[in-house]
Formats: sequence, structure tokens, C-alpha cells
Amino acid sequence: MNLFSAFFYLFSTLTVASASMVVFSRNPVHSTLFLVLSFFNVAGLFVLLGAEFLAMTLILVYVGAVSVLFLFIVMMLDINFVKLNEGFMSYLPIGACVMGVLLIELFIAFGAWKGFPNAYNLLQAPIEEHLSNTEALGRVLYTRYVYHFQSAGLILLIAMIGAIVLTLRHKPGVLRQVVADQIARCPETSVEIRKVKSGQGI
Amino acid sequence: MSKVTLSDLLPLLPEIILIIGAILILMYGVFSSREKARLNEIAMGFSLALILLIFSMTILSWSSGSIESELFDGAFVLDMFSSFVKCLILFSSFFCLLMSVDLFKSEELSNFEYPVLILFSTAGMMMVVSSGNFISLYMGMEIQSLSLYILASIQRESLRSTEAGLKYFVLGALASGMSLYGISLIYGFTGSTNFSAISRLASEFHAPDEASLGLVFGLIFLLAGLAFKISAAPFHMWTPDVYMGAPTPVTFLFATASKITSIAVLIRLTMSVFPVMILQWQQILIFLSLCSMILGSFSAIGQNNIKRLVAYSSIGHAGFILLGLSAGSQAGLIGVLVYMSIYTFMALGIFSCILAMRRGGEAVESINTLSGIAKHEPMFAFLFATLLFSLAGIPPLLGFFAKFYVLLAAVGSHLYGLALVAVLSSVVSAFYYLRIVKIMYFDEANQESFDPISSIIHVILLISGGISLFGFAFPRPFMYIVKTVVLSFL
Amino acid sequence: MHDFYPHNVERVSVLLVAFQSVLILVSLLVLIAFLLYADRKVWAAVQLRRGPNVVGPFGLLQSFADLLKFALKEPVIPSGANKFVFLLAPLVMSISALSAWAVIPFSEGWVISDLNVGILYIFAMSSLGVYGVILGGWASNSKYAFLGALRSAAQMVSYEVSIGLVIISVLLCVGSLNLTEIIQAQRTGLAVWLGLPWLSFLNWFWLPLFPLFIIFFISALSETNRPPFDLPEAESELVAGFMVEYSSTPYLLFMLGEYVAIVMMCALTTILFLGGWLPLLDIAPLNWVPGIVWFILKLWLVFFMFAIVKAFVPRYRYDQLMRLGWKVFLPLSLLMLFIVAGVRQYMLLPA
Repeated sequence: MNLFSAFFYLFSTLTVASASMVVFSRNPVHSTLFLVLSFFNVAGLFVLLGAEFLAMTLILVYVGAVSVLFLFIVMMLDINFVKLNEGFMSYLPIGACVMGVLLIELFIAFGAWKGFPNAYNLLQAPIEEHLSNTEALGRVLYTRYVYHFQSAGLILLIAMIGAIVLTLRHKPGVLRQVVADQIARCPETSVEIRKVKSGQGI
Repeated sequence: MSKVTLSDLLPLLPEIILIIGAILILMYGVFSSREKARLNEIAMGFSLALILLIFSMTILSWSSGSIESELFDGAFVLDMFSSFVKCLILFSSFFCLLMSVDLFKSEELSNFEYPVLILFSTAGMMMVVSSGNFISLYMGMEIQSLSLYILASIQRESLRSTEAGLKYFVLGALASGMSLYGISLIYGFTGSTNFSAISRLASEFHAPDEASLGLVFGLIFLLAGLAFKISAAPFHMWTPDVYMGAPTPVTFLFATASKITSIAVLIRLTMSVFPVMILQWQQILIFLSLCSMILGSFSAIGQNNIKRLVAYSSIGHAGFILLGLSAGSQAGLIGVLVYMSIYTFMALGIFSCILAMRRGGEAVESINTLSGIAKHEPMFAFLFATLLFSLAGIPPLLGFFAKFYVLLAAVGSHLYGLALVAVLSSVVSAFYYLRIVKIMYFDEANQESFDPISSIIHVILLISGGISLFGFAFPRPFMYIVKTVVLSFL
Repeated sequence: MHDFYPHNVERVSVLLVAFQSVLILVSLLVLIAFLLYADRKVWAAVQLRRGPNVVGPFGLLQSFADLLKFALKEPVIPSGANKFVFLLAPLVMSISALSAWAVIPFSEGWVISDLNVGILYIFAMSSLGVYGVILGGWASNSKYAFLGALRSAAQMVSYEVSIGLVIISVLLCVGSLNLTEIIQAQRTGLAVWLGLPWLSFLNWFWLPLFPLFIIFFISALSETNRPPFDLPEAESELVAGFMVEYSSTPYLLFMLGEYVAIVMMCALTTILFLGGWLPLLDIAPLNWVPGIVWFILKLWLVFFMFAIVKAFVPRYRYDQLMRLGWKVFLPLSLLMLFIVAGVRQYMLLPA
């Protein structure tokens, strides 16, 4: 076993373990932290595959931004852990049954795995030797997959519109900063100097 | 690969115009002043014009007849079939916007994003219909459904609308998860996401009796996800609540455009990508169709809310459409296309009737409010009754022909049992359609009449009712179109 | 995958890499001890005070005294705290800040790992610092700490966006994500175009990308929670923000992480805009000076600006901070990205 496969097993074991801890841990904050851990290990797997651009973007986007927002929300929720787990035992038998059936089906499916003979060849998309994989990705993303790339952008735009439509409320009476007004203020308009005699108010 | 020039994007023009138009309206809304009401009307008019534009353009490009084209390595396919379905989708989004104008006037809807989102969802649907590989299929689906989730809950002050949006979102996410899982399995087994490549591989390596198990699994998950979108039982749970909670024009969009889109995908997957696996997908479709027809007809009986009733009825109609599809033949495909078109027209009428049910400035949805309405509003009651008869499939109204073609196809493919169930459930469903007619014509009039019906709704009602009444007399041009489409597709 | 690892991966033994890492860590920490001292001295000078002047000659050993004090105190863990996460947070903060230094080229070839996605790696590691803040705030089980953490996380995530866009613009000019190549790209530029190649400081990106340089500098202040954006620990409102419950070594790790991140940002500014190890003027006595000296001089210069800003500028209000990030910097850096891309595409200038 060389170093490569040792790291592969390390990362993949940790990925699976932390992914299952996401499901099983009782505290949602811990779940999110395990999610972060599994992202890290997946990034490690990407590095092993030579896809360092994907690995870094995964960490940057999912760990650095998305999971932070998850944490944000999970931390601010007032969750009663006892109540959360209340129904767990009563649903367990049904859930276990469903899981068992699905597992058996999965075994059957993969036991009879019969991919198409040239599927493996089709799946490969080798990049040219002299290209770094960032460049290679960029080349197909903006040519061959530009349609998908743009539609993905559209999805993000719609999600953003949705978030604004559903949450933005223009409350009356909220003061907003207008920089131009702030800068336009001068002593003449905002300061008034009066002589006050001692012992008397204004 | 060769360089793509701007003129190569011509087949994509309708979508591009829709999207750029939507973004322009959005920018206009964002940067213009806060006088909301006027702004809305402008935006509405603008987008109506836009959709009209696209509508005519698609028809034009389609009638020219020589538009079979593929873009982006087959990710985007424009053929006669997709043009036909796109026309239906554009038609229903156009009327959806038209129906909403009144809601804007009465200020029940006041977001300028509303027309923008409708344009986006329409563009998404068109992308789905034209998709030639799984990635673009999924992207289009997400564009469509994300906009629809937002549209369902756009009346955010209303509890029901919020509930509808949330339910639709959660279950919709589940459905797209299932589709995605199915897609990944199919990709894993075939090594391609491209429809034509998959179809070629499947026909090369697939012996009918010994199916590739992974492919079957993938297909099942994919079909389950799609069945959710067309609200076929047993994936229908969200339908009544969402139909009831969403604004009525949006519900119309759910019942027509969104369903048509997913059915078009189903057609493409079954008839053109996996025709060799007919034994596998036929079973699933038959099961879905049976469940939907039975559930749609029996559950609707107890409903007292007209929108819930329409929801169950649309489940039943989805069953009929699947019946045509499960025939797996040319006749079945003709039946499905005819059914979808006719159903769009009938649903248009039914939903305008629901929009016309207003008392004292408020929408009323209980069926009992219709009692004796025939005395106050004879024209409305007549049109409503016509549409209901048509939905029930009573000859010689148009709805009869829809069911007729589908049943014909089912019998032609020796699905006798299924056809029998279809006829029986049609009889059961006639009961609750006729119940409304009875309430309108024979019950005591215990309430005052409705608010005056707006001219837009009136015109829509007249169009839809007229077509349902007299459509049977002029079937030839329409049937010619449908047959051409089907012949070019298969 | 061959280009991801250092070119001479077979020959570089693990031991050598370990030795290099230790060397960099030690010298970095010593550097930071003196930078901390410099920071306080600058601050004091602006306020007409004398600053630390007791421990050692001119107070030079002040930082080491502080270190001893923190390390020898008893760590207090609040009883309501989530102990594991409470102790994890400062570790995350300092380790993520320190690990980013693995790809910094101090001089030509003086780099532990010459990643071809180096800049992304640094960016990813510096975005992890937010975990230390938010976890520390949450695990303390105190409302001040939590408020500070929330503020800080929102702030850091917001400014990361504009930093990212600035970095993309620079990358467009370079055409590579490798830090060494970013510096090499600054060998040619305006000065060469003018026909005065010895004025090499005109070649660096700070001049053609001047607005981005300013945006990057201010965003870096915010990203590292430096004044005037030190809202997470605003003493007047939140006591000490997310660090309120921390004491002794965990506190030390937080402070260390913060300063390492600050120096990291200085180094990044040096690399992206100030030509890294390249000499100020490409003439005889100056270009004999080894690159590392130039690198550290530039780093000090940027740090001096950091320190001066801390002394000069009053603290922002939170809504002003958010407004600046989202409504000013984001559109500006996006616009600049378009301009840079347009210039690159249509005028074919090397930046």
C-alpha cells in the first residue's frame, strides 16, 4: 500500500464517518461541524484525484461561506433537543423497515451491476498534458458547457430574487444612511451657537 | 470544437428573449420610483407583450417546418415536438398573466417581481422541453420550480399562500433529489448524459427480457421525480394544499404549464430515449395512471373548496394523460398531445370561473357559495356548466374527445383493464362535476350575486367556453398539426 | 496531477519539508512578536504616548512578557460552555491562519509548496478564520460573545466577496493562480512600456489596478477585524466580543491567529500589488539585495499602514460597515473586474 492509497482510505473513511455523524449527532451545531469535516475530506479526495481547483473551491465556497451560514441559522434556532428526539423511537421501527428494504434493493442493484461495456471510456474526459486543471475546466465551462453554466447562473439569480421577494419589508420609520446627505452637511446647517446666560436655560 | 457565432443561437432565441426581457423588467422595477401600483401595470403590460411576441415567434418558426436543430453538443434540441409543447406553455403563461391583471388592480398581488418570475419559470419550462441531455434537463427543472416555489408563496401576508410555498418547496426539493439520483445512476451505467447517446447505447446493449438493473433503478427514480411534478398519485400529496394556497392564476400555471412540461419530458424519455425499455416503464406508468384516476375521482367527491376540487380533478386528468402515454404507441402519443391541449383550454375556463367568484371584493372558494347563481348570473353559470360537462367528458363537448383518443390508444395497445378503470373513474368523476351544476341551477339562491365580473375574465371565459362547445366541429387543422408533430417525433 | 505537487517531489524528503515549516513558523512568530510591539508603539506615537517601554531595552521584550503571562495563567472555562468546541475554536483560528503560510513565496523559489492554485489556497484558509470566531462565540454560552461572533461572521463573509473579486481581477492580469507567477508577472508593466525598465515599482499592479488596491486594503482590514472594523470585539458595546470568556492560552491563540492573519494579509497585499520580492528600483546596489529583504520591507510597510489606520480612524457603525461592503465595494470591484477583463480581451495589453 503506497502513500496515495493510504491517504485515499484515510480521507474516504473520515468522509463517511463524519457524514454519518451529521445524521446521528444530537446537537445540530455538531452536525454542521461534522458536515464541515466531511467537506474537508472530500476536498482531500479531490486533491488526490488531481482536481486541486475543485478542492479549493469546495473549501472556499462550501466551508468558507455556505456552512458558515448554516451554523449561523442553526445557532440562532431555539431548539429543544429533548422534544426534537421525542418522535424518534416511535418512528424507528418503520424507518428501520424502510431502510432495510432500500438497503436490500441497493445490494441487489449493485450485485447485478452491469454497466455498459464502453461506459468507462465515455466517462473519461482526459485533459491535455500541458494544461493545469483550472485552465482545462475553464476551457470547457465557457465553450461546451456555456449553456449549463448560464442556466446555473439564472438559477442563482432566481434564488436571490426569491429571497428578496419573500423577506424584504420596507418598514416605515427606518432611517437609512444617505452618504451624500451626510457629506453635504456643514456647520451652518447643523450647528447653532447661542449665548446662554448662567442660571437660565435656552 | 468549431466557433459558435451569434446566428447559431437562433433556435434559442425565444428563451433568450424571455430571459433578457425578464431581467430588463426586473431592473426597471428595481431602479424606478416606489410608486408601486402604476409600476406594476406597466410591468404587466410589458410582459404580456413579451409573451405574445414569443408566442407568435415560436409559431412562426415552427410553421416554417425546417427547424430541427441541436445546440451545445445536443444539450438544446429544437424539433417540432418541442415547438408544439412550447406553444402550449407560452399559451398558458400568457393567460396566467392576463388573469392576474385583475388581482393587481385589487392589490391582492403587488410585487413587480411577479411577472418577472412568471417569465423566468416559462423560460425554464421551455428549456426543459428542449433539453437534449440530463444536465440541461435538471437545470431547466430547477429554474422552473424555483420560480414556481416563490410564486406559490408570493402573497406572503397570507398564511395559506406561505404554507403552499413551503410545502411545494420541501416536497419539490425531495422530488428533484430523486430525479437527480436517478439521473446519476443512469449516467453511471451508460457513461453519458446525452439523450441521443443514451438512447443509442440502450438500444445496442439492451435485451428486452434481461434489463440492465441499474438503468431500471435510475429510470424508476427519475420517473418518480417527474410523477411528483405532474402530481400523479401516489406522489400527489402536495397538490390540494398548494393549489388551494397559491394565487389562482399561479394555480392555473401549476395545473397546465408545469404539468405539460413534465409530461413532455416523460414523453421524450419514454418514447425517444428508452423506447427499448417499454416493458419496464410501461408497468410504472400503468400503476401511476391507475392510482391517479381512482384517487382523483374518489377524493374529489368530499371536497367543498372549489380549488381543492380542481386539484383532485387535475390529479385524475394526469392519470388519463399517463394512460395515453402508457399505451406506448403512436396513437397514444397523439392522444396525450390532444389531451394536454384540450385540458389547457378547459382549465383556463375553470380557473377564470374561480377568479370570477368574488363577493364584496373578496374571493370566495366554497362550492356552496355557488348555490342558485344561475338566477343572478345566467351567462356565467352556463359557461361554467359547459366547462364542467366538458371536464366530465360528456359528448359532444371537447373534453369527450380528449378522453376518447386516449382510451382508443389504450385499447389499441390491449390495455383493456386500464381502459375499463378509466371509463369507470370517469363516471365517478362526472358525479362531482354534475353536483356543482346541480348546485348552480337547482339549489335555493340564498346569497346575493357575485361582484361584477371583469371584462378580461369575461373574454377568457367566452373563449374557453366557446372552444369547449364548438371545438368538436373544427378538429381537422388541429388534428393535422398533432399528427405531423407525432410523425416527426417518432 | 503532476503539476499540483512541487516539481521535485521525489527528491524533497518529508524531513526537509518539516524543517522548512518549522523554520518559517519560528521566524514568523518572532516577527509577529516584534510587529505587535511595533503596532503598539505606532499607536502610542499617534496618541503622544510612549507605549511599551519597560520590559527590555525600549520595551522590546514586551511581547515575550505578554506571552509568558498568558501561558502561565490558569485557563478558565465557563461552566455553561460547550467545552470541546470552546477549546477547538482558538485552535481552528490559529492553525488556519498559520497553515496559509505554506504557499507564500518569500523570495524566488523560497516557498514550501509551490501550488498552482496557491492564491485559492490562501483565500480558502483565510476564510476558515471565521470558524474560530463563530465557534468561540457560540461555545462561550454568553450573549455578548455570541453577538460579537454573529457580527464578525457576517462581516467576514461579506468582505470576502469583494476580496475574491479583487483577486480575480489580478488573476486576469496574470493568467495563473500560482503566487510565484503572480510576482513574476509584475516584472514587466508600465515602466517597461515607458522605456524606463529600472523604475520597476511602476511595473507592479498597485498602479494599473489602483482602485482595486484600495478596495483590497480596506477589505483586508475588515476581513481581519482590524480597526476601524473591529466590531466583533467592540469594547464599548460588547465588552470584548467573541473573546469575552477566553483567558490565558486559548486567548493567546486567538490573538496569535488574529495577528498571523493580519500579517498574512500584508503578505498577500505585497504579493498581489507590490511586486513581492522584486526590488524597488532595478539598479545596481538595490537589486543586489536579496529578495527576502525586499519582501519583508514591503510587508512592514503594509503593516505600518494597518497600524496607522488603527490609530487614526474611528470605529464604523455596523450598518455603515455592511453598506460599505455590499453597496460600495461589491459593485466597484465587479465593475473593475469587467473593465480589467475588457481591457485584457480587446486591447491585449499585459494589464
